[in-house]
Amino acid sequence: MANTPLLKVDNVGIQFGGLKAVSGVNVELYQGELIGLIGPNGAGKTTFFNLLTGVYVPTEGQITFGGEKLNGLAPYQITRKGISRTFQNIRLFGDLSVLDNVKVAYHSLARHSILSSILRLPSHFSGEKEMEEKAIDFLKIFNLDGLKDEAAKNLPYGQQRRLEIARALAAHPKLLLLDEPAAGMNPQETKELMDLIAFIRKEFNLTILLIEHDMPLVMGVCERIYVLDHGQLIAQGSPEDIRNNPKVIEAYLGEEVS
Amino acid sequence: MKEVKQKQTKGFWLSILLAVVVYIVVQVLLSSSMLNKFYENTLYFICINIILAVSLHLIIGITGQFSIGHAGFLAVGAYASAIVTMKLHLPFSVALIAGGVVAAFAGLLIGIPSLRLKGDYLAIATLGFGEIIRITLLNIDYVGGASGMQVSHMTDWTTLFVCLLITLIVIVNFTNSTHGRACISVRENEIAADAMGINTTYYKVVAFAIGSFFAGIAGGLYAHNFYIIQPTNFGFLKSFDILIFVVLGGLGSMSGAVISAILLTVISTFLQDYPETRMIIYSLVLVVMMIYRPQGLMGTKEITHFFTKKRNGIKGGKPDGKHTAA
Repeated sequence: MANTPLLKVDNVGIQFGGLKAVSGVNVELYQGELIGLIGPNGAGKTTFFNLLTGVYVPTEGQITFGGEKLNGLAPYQITRKGISRTFQNIRLFGDLSVLDNVKVAYHSLARHSILSSILRLPSHFSGEKEMEEKAIDFLKIFNLDGLKDEAAKNLPYGQQRRLEIARALAAHPKLLLLDEPAAGMNPQETKELMDLIAFIRKEFNLTILLIEHDMPLVMGVCERIYVLDHGQLIAQGSPEDIRNNPKVIEAYLGEEVS
Repeated sequence: MKEVKQKQTKGFWLSILLAVVVYIVVQVLLSSSMLNKFYENTLYFICINIILAVSLHLIIGITGQFSIGHAGFLAVGAYASAIVTMKLHLPFSVALIAGGVVAAFAGLLIGIPSLRLKGDYLAIATLGFGEIIRITLLNIDYVGGASGMQVSHMTDWTTLFVCLLITLIVIVNFTNSTHGRACISVRENEIAADAMGINTTYYKVVAFAIGSFFAGIAGGLYAHNFYIIQPTNFGFLKSFDILIFVVLGGLGSMSGAVISAILLTVISTFLQDYPETRMIIYSLVLVVMMIYRPQGLMGTKEITHFFTKKRNGIKGGKPDGKHTAA
């Protein structure tokens, strides 16, 4: 484990009017880790993701990624720095084909300009060809290459989830944020997803931060877990620690009646 | 991969060949005066309307930005080009390019602040800008104010055809590239596009500027087709006319926009013989169309889909498969 964290979240919070959705959160992620983020509904997990990806600008604290400050950058700039994500409610480009969905993620790596595309210069063809080949390679990894010409909205739910992960990976992230990837999946699909996550992590040398409600999944794959409740971190540690932490049990199950 | 490129270039040269044939046929018909003045005028109208429809298609159909001030850019292009020919006495081609550039500049000026808005808000804002342009022109004495500006007739079939061809090629090439896909991703899901590293504001503004540029060119052609241009020609009803081409053709389909521009121009031209019922019939056509084909003439498909689909032959039954699976 490296000494300097890849992502350092220092005392970050956001306030919407009078509501403190997230406050005083400290998180450190190291290269290659697979970390879980759990918490009851409304705890601020997705808000926290939105802070990391620039959808919201934190009203307090600082986020540094690979030594660079992220506060105030637009979402697309943060993606280009190497943080990519999936969404809790799937956000694919429905009318685009499976292949084009992945190609869009490659866009930021494209070198051919608008003018060369309009004039159909050689750089357009070589650029597009490179994108297409890379995108097809990605789809092969995810077993989606057979469906490459299908509109994304016509895929079954489980495959839409896989495509969203494939698309996020195609943006070449160093850190991948997965927002409830197993939501709505049956146990078989969840099992496959766990294998997939383990595989891509090794294959792409990724650091992964995972929001999940499926406890067996989180406990099974994550090395460390952070627990959010009411916008604040209430616990962190190994899955075993979290399982036995009274604060976590209280947050999930309510206070014990004596 | 090589196949794709070859197929693309083959299709491209085939369309160019087809275009040249169309050009020659019409040119022959015109010079042998088999087409009378009435048909010639209708033809000019069709070409101008196609350019307008396709330029708005890029903004609404591809990038998903609901702009209803397109007549404003038409007006900017018309007046800018008219000034270049009538006041500065420069050639028509210079005037057309100037019209396009000034309109694109106006597009940037309007696009940068207003494209932060979404949906209905953007529509209202662009409608407002369109009206501002019209009222401004109404109050500039240099261009004749309300009484309009005299413009000599310079638009001819060759110029129209070249402009139309360039418009279609540029927009097709833009759409079928990573930049076009970036625009479509903005239409499909702006938040996801942002999260995938697409600079959404940039692409919205680019699409808006390119669309405005071609609307400006259409303006130049429009101005030099009549003998006079007046601010009243460019009111919001004109914007709606253009919008209807795009919606009726199918949002996201360029060939749809082209087909509906042709169809509606022809319909409204022939209905000029029945001035009392013209607008009623025209409106009825639209109402019936929207009831029986709400996705527009072509949906989101292009005309080329039908050819490629037939060749592949496998994909035809796919949409039904979804229902049986569910």
